[in-house]
Amino acid sequence: MMRKEIRIAGFGGQGIVLSGFILGQAALLDGNNAVQSQSYGPEARGGAAKSEVIISDEKIDYPRVTEADVFIAMSQEAYDKLQGDLKERSLILIDKDLVDASSKAIKGIPFTSTADKLGKKIVANVVMLGALTAMTGIVSKDSILKAIKTNVPKKAIEINMKAFEKGYKLGGG
Amino acid sequence: MRHKYDEKKIRRVIGEKVQFVQGDASAVYGALLAGCSFFAGYPITPASETAELMSKLLPKAGGVYIQMEDEIASMGAIIGASWAGAKTMTTTSGPGFSLMQENIGYACMTETPCVVIDVQRSGPSTGQPTEGSQGDMMQARWGTHGDHEIIALSPNSVQETLDLTIEAFNLSEKYRTPVILLTDGEIGHLREKCVMPEKGEFEIIDRKGPTVGRDKYVPFQADESLVPSMARFGDGYHVYVTGLTHVEKGYPSTSSAEDHDRLVRRLVDKIEKNRKSITMVEKDYQKGSKIAILAYGASARPSAAAVRKLRRKRKKVDFLRLITIWPFPNEEVRELADRVDRIYVPEMNLGQLVHPIREAAEGRAKIIQVPRIGGPLHTPKEIMDAMRKKA
Amino acid sequence: MFNKARKIKEKYIQDEMWPSIFCVGCGVGNVLNYTLRAVDEKRIDIDKVVFVSGIGCSSRLPGYIDADGLHTTHGRAIAFATGVKAADPDLHVIIFTGDGDAAGIGGNHLIHAARRNIDMTVICINNFNYGMTGGQVSPTTPTGGFTTTSPYGNIEIPFDLCELAMGAGATYVARWTVGYPYETIQAVKRGLDNKGFSFIEIITPCPTGYGKRNEIGEGKEYWEWCKKNTILKSKYEALPAKERRKEKRIVMGEFRNRKREEFVEELWKLTKA
Repeated sequence: MMRKEIRIAGFGGQGIVLSGFILGQAALLDGNNAVQSQSYGPEARGGAAKSEVIISDEKIDYPRVTEADVFIAMSQEAYDKLQGDLKERSLILIDKDLVDASSKAIKGIPFTSTADKLGKKIVANVVMLGALTAMTGIVSKDSILKAIKTNVPKKAIEINMKAFEKGYKLGGG
Repeated sequence: MRHKYDEKKIRRVIGEKVQFVQGDASAVYGALLAGCSFFAGYPITPASETAELMSKLLPKAGGVYIQMEDEIASMGAIIGASWAGAKTMTTTSGPGFSLMQENIGYACMTETPCVVIDVQRSGPSTGQPTEGSQGDMMQARWGTHGDHEIIALSPNSVQETLDLTIEAFNLSEKYRTPVILLTDGEIGHLREKCVMPEKGEFEIIDRKGPTVGRDKYVPFQADESLVPSMARFGDGYHVYVTGLTHVEKGYPSTSSAEDHDRLVRRLVDKIEKNRKSITMVEKDYQKGSKIAILAYGASARPSAAAVRKLRRKRKKVDFLRLITIWPFPNEEVRELADRVDRIYVPEMNLGQLVHPIREAAEGRAKIIQVPRIGGPLHTPKEIMDAMRKKA
Repeated sequence: MFNKARKIKEKYIQDEMWPSIFCVGCGVGNVLNYTLRAVDEKRIDIDKVVFVSGIGCSSRLPGYIDADGLHTTHGRAIAFATGVKAADPDLHVIIFTGDGDAAGIGGNHLIHAARRNIDMTVICINNFNYGMTGGQVSPTTPTGGFTTTSPYGNIEIPFDLCELAMGAGATYVARWTVGYPYETIQAVKRGLDNKGFSFIEIITPCPTGYGKRNEIGEGKEYWEWCKKNTILKSKYEALPAKERRKEKRIVMGEFRNRKREEFVEELWKLTKA
């Protein structure tokens, strides 16, 4: 697998960093290399949050995104501010509930309302991971499910699995 | 109640053999594997994760963790604990590292093994707490007053943070000196694959203890290794430890130039004369290169990418990465300067290691700075652009 | 007393370090004698005692003792000692410090060690000035006191070190002057008995520094001055409230001796669990 660069952005509290972490861990389970980095404002909640993941079957030297293959925006601010560094054919994925984007090239999926319907808004990031997995195959479904299971509280596993499947379907899987 | 190294227990505490973790966490794993049994620290971004994980794991591994009232106290506590027989560590970032300097000098003067991890952030002063930097390279060398040598290492990955933390403990025990691990906010917060080394894949060095009885023991008398054996408090050797200039018996000697010269020269020589065995570098040379990139720590990552991209364009380029920063790898830099015409030095500061590099190159190659401050790493493109400009 | 002093000297003093650096009429040497007497009377194994100090006249004391000693940086004795004690709880830790060392540059460590109630005995030799550096104003210099850096008289309010230690949580607190050997020895013994943070302040003459600039005199006169400017706690408490408020003399005695969870014991509970 060639080097793939994924940027996930939103606001603090949406589980942006965690979803990047899960993605990276899934890549390791697939036998690939991965790095994950993050940045956020000083606020613990509500500020801008960004998580970058690079997946490759080779050694990853430069650990930051230069030209994202995938850009996921979970907030309007993130979408407006972080559109740079994209390839011509980058996949842009937005949370349709929170981001207003006009371009047809952009794929919108209702992460938040899907999660809300399941009873927990905070699993929107896992809905997103489901959609991303289906749309890109960047990690295997088995590995990412395993990674999700090890990173959410035991009693929340079920709802997260449901969230993933919903997202996976919305992503065309 | 004394700590005993229990490898099985430590591995149980660390957990899985392969983990996707931050550099701040792999430093903790390295410390535990090396036998660290005492940690004192003070919270500071971007090093707090190390303290947090230590507070969780160290008691389970049989050691003790203390959050002190400040970094000065943290540094003091790890020195005290070292004399009580523990392998000790603290972690901090720029502002805290500044506060530790006086006691780091004390550790040099009293030959106290201990490890300080500085997860460098943007400065001066409070600067940009969450942004990585390489701004403390010179502070590590000259931050404390007076003539001294120091050992400092700089990792460029999460795995190497673990490996070099073990190495830092070993060097500090072997040479009885504080060892600084210069990591930074980039590597400290980066998550990567980290593999716990198996038994036999790494060495554990313990300080030499006294080999003679109490009556014959002279606490600061060294053999040809220049490193004296170290008695532990409570073992009856009655060692007097002072930051004042002292004679071999440990007593202060505050006005004899000879005593001062003898002591300080030995402290310098015990590291300086072992420069070769302390030095670690990574060399990747191509026959016929006229240009080279020389980097270390986090900035070696975009540098390696730039080298890869240049070579893909069939450009010949040498790459030298310093792993040991202090004592400075003079010979390796000189060797590179003999090979090429121009050496590019990307640093996340306005020029720190470029100075000893220039000194070591002795004019044999042109040394060109590629500085970057504030915000994240250089991009490979930035480095390549700098190389395109004819200097 | 004389025989006992000789016995103490033979048993505990590092001969090669003698004679000491202390001025004639200084009380620091007396504090060493009292402390070693307390250690001896408690039959504590000297091999298991670590004497820790900072910087200043008081802090030179560990060098004169044939035992493990850690002469640290200015103000940081308690921080270093915290590491010693926490790493090996079997060790007894005795700290020699001064007013500047403990309450000036090291004040933060003092209050936090008291708050933690870490098992160590701090002997703070208060001579009202920075003696070693030439007699500068310190956090305990009396208001109006003359020093080399308060040439017009000290305009600041001094710390009451015992109140400070108690306020921060110390579990044994006492104050004497060097003129009270038996009481001081008793206080050190109780401090050693206390499994927790013990703070013993000993008011000591500094004829070369504070004495000279405040016309106190030397030797016997200075000891008399110490007596004149202090009042026993029992006598102070017997005073009517109105007079107590007006009392300018420093109160001497044992102020606190109580039990509370000790830090290192709690720390090692986590390790053993």
